[in-house]
Amino acid sequence: MLRIEDLCLEAGSGVLVDGIDLAVDAGEMLGLVGESGCGKTITALSVLGLLPRQAVRVTQGRILFNGRDIASLDDDEMNTVRGNDISMIFQEPMTSLNPVMTLADQIGEGLALHRDLHGARQASEVDRLLALVGLPNGPEQRRRYPHQLSGGQRQRVMIAMALACEPALLIADEPTTALDVTIQAQILDLIGEMRARFGMACILVTHDLGVVAETCDTVAVMYAGRIVEQGPVADVFRTPRHRYTEALLRTIPAANAPGAMLPAISGTVPQPGARPPGCAFAERCHEALPQCAGQRPPRDGTKEHFAMCWNPAS
Amino acid sequence: MTPLLSVVDLVKHYPAGGARKVLALDGISFDLAEGEVLGVVGESGCGKSTLGRTIMRLARPTSGEIRFRGTDLAGLKGKTLKAARAEIQMVFQDPFGSLNPRHSVATIVGEPLVVHGRPDRAARVRELLDLVGLPQTAAARLPHEFSGGQRQRIAIARALALSPRILVADEAVSALDVSIQSQIINLFAELRRELGLSMIFISHDLSVVRHVSDRIAVMYFGKFVETAPAEDLFRAPLHPYTRALMSAIPKLPGSAAASGSSRRIVLKGDVPNLAFRPDGCLFHPRCYAMRDRCRHEAPELDPAPGETGDARLCACHYAGEDLSDTGASGS
Ligand SMILES: Nc1ncnc2c1ncn2[C@@H]1O[C@H](COP(=O)(O)OP(=O)(O)OP(=O)(O)O)[C@@H](O)[C@H]1O
Ligand SMILES: Nc1ncnc2c1ncn2[C@@H]1O[C@H](COP(=O)(O)OP(=O)(O)OP(=O)(O)O)[C@@H](O)[C@H]1O
Ligand code: SF4
Ligand SMILES: [Mg+2]
Ligand SMILES: [Mg+2]
Repeated sequence: MLRIEDLCLEAGSGVLVDGIDLAVDAGEMLGLVGESGCGKTITALSVLGLLPRQAVRVTQGRILFNGRDIASLDDDEMNTVRGNDISMIFQEPMTSLNPVMTLADQIGEGLALHRDLHGARQASEVDRLLALVGLPNGPEQRRRYPHQLSGGQRQRVMIAMALACEPALLIADEPTTALDVTIQAQILDLIGEMRARFGMACILVTHDLGVVAETCDTVAVMYAGRIVEQGPVADVFRTPRHRYTEALLRTIPAANAPGAMLPAISGTVPQPGARPPGCAFAERCHEALPQCAGQRPPRDGTKEHFAMCWNPAS
Repeated sequence: MTPLLSVVDLVKHYPAGGARKVLALDGISFDLAEGEVLGVVGESGCGKSTLGRTIMRLARPTSGEIRFRGTDLAGLKGKTLKAARAEIQMVFQDPFGSLNPRHSVATIVGEPLVVHGRPDRAARVRELLDLVGLPQTAAARLPHEFSGGQRQRIAIARALALSPRILVADEAVSALDVSIQSQIINLFAELRRELGLSMIFISHDLSVVRHVSDRIAVMYFGKFVETAPAEDLFRAPLHPYTRALMSAIPKLPGSAAASGSSRRIVLKGDVPNLAFRPDGCLFHPRCYAMRDRCRHEAPELDPAPGETGDARLCACHYAGEDLSDTGASGS
């Protein structure tokens, strides 16, 4: 359904995303994980043609949606794709909710535009969606404004907006970061249901590896603008190949004794513009070989599960 | 000994149209000792951020007291209020919303230093950027040029600028990927060890809360329903709500948690609407252990059965009872 080929994104500060390949099919759920600042959000934004125009440019690559290159669409065409075919749940709810519109109006807008629902039918669909994301009591809930909601409630309103359009592809950028486990489970079940019911595909951007483990089919691990490992979730978690993935899995609080210092990965991600020609993780890697920083690592593994690593963990 | 912070019967109502009120905080009391970390967990919308904002006096409490070193903050004015304010700082839940988009990172992080007239601003800002793992080149850039996680670190640097005694961290690491998360958690641990920093650590993420907290308060519907030392709470949760929360933690393949075969308890019924208060136990409409008494009689936050001190408190008529014969394994 969606195929990203060799995508490169650049800003004034340097190359942000460097040759990414990704694909999702109908009904499939792909997890995109990686260190803060590695380019997950801007990759997602590029699929929707929502990159900050002046600041970030697509310099290379194609984004194919059902075979059509959507990177080259104009604004009007892209507007139809957005919502109708592809919806996005944004990382920061307040930046995408309209502060002066009630919940009913914000969600209703999408229902009118994409599903031609109006009047009483629209209102009852708004109620249904709000209840699905754990905001019941329709009539009263509908009249509220974003500032009257808690952080997690705002996030859920945005989820309701994205699901309202029944998109073929949902891109969810950290959709449950502000949510407790019970409501998180409810939202993830809801996404799962929509996958089963009409084959919705989903790209889930998250830092929560537990969520990836429970919900995704495949996972792509990003580091400094590149995908360093990709494969079926169970394989990647049991036998990580890339040393970054391996280190990442060790830092999870739940995998460590409570109160102990966590085995943090020391150092920081190299800034865009200051990345080495080889593996960008080399500087922080305990298993680095002499050639790691200088030469781009080969692709190691199988077609299903592979990593770009000179000295793979398995 | 006077506790560092003492919250007494704190209540906060928001208007909810007509005569109804949202009971965001409904009589919260706790003490925070010097160097202690209190974790606050609970469902979305239960009042956690409101608790943080009220302690910071960003929201006016409807009633109740907040005492810092024995002095009620409500009675302070002018200089003394300003001084007390510097001692309690907060990291907000929405990192982007709390950063001025037109100011450079150096200005944002240095702002509290200007407000409180602290010297050596530039040097302190450099130190803070290092502390939270941002490059020095970040200083001149604007917030929108950063990723979500990087913005969160800017917010943390700002909150630490004045070296506060208490940090209220509202979902401070929730938006961070695990490796940065672990760096920030370690950073908090260090600040605690070296500066004796106390924290109110608000999060919905139980495994993170467990990791950083000495004591955990479980919040439901504007009230604390259970408080306990972190390890005790995880070893033997007493309140049915706490038990449901624990059972819903996503498990990692291969981790210790995944091998324990506890079944997920799915709570029935809707997430509560804080404008409509049920009678009796606030949790009873969703409780799988509910009995007749729960409908009419509200349980108090009392010492758990077999406990005398207030180390373990629980607000349930049937705290800690084996619920296996009441259909506790859920639907
Ligand atoms: N408007 C912009 N101008 C310049 N650089 C930008 C802009 N937006 C993002 N960047 C840079 O692009 C890189 C990737 O950002 P992105 O938001 O995609 O990260 P992310 O992987 O989503 O991180 P997080 O997990 O923290 O949200 C970062 O280094 C960031 O500083
Ligand atoms: N300004 C307001 N007016 C009316 N109601 C409000 C206002 N601010 C918050 N509320 C309500 O008060 C309750 C508590 O909100 P709060 O932000 O404290 O929740 P929270 O526990 O932090 O939730 P989350 O985990 O989603 O951030 C929520 O039900 C919210 O809808
Ligand atoms: S008092 Fe009753 S309804 Fe409330 S939590 Fe305990 S068993 Fe459940
Ligand atoms: Mg992001
Ligand atoms: Mg909150």
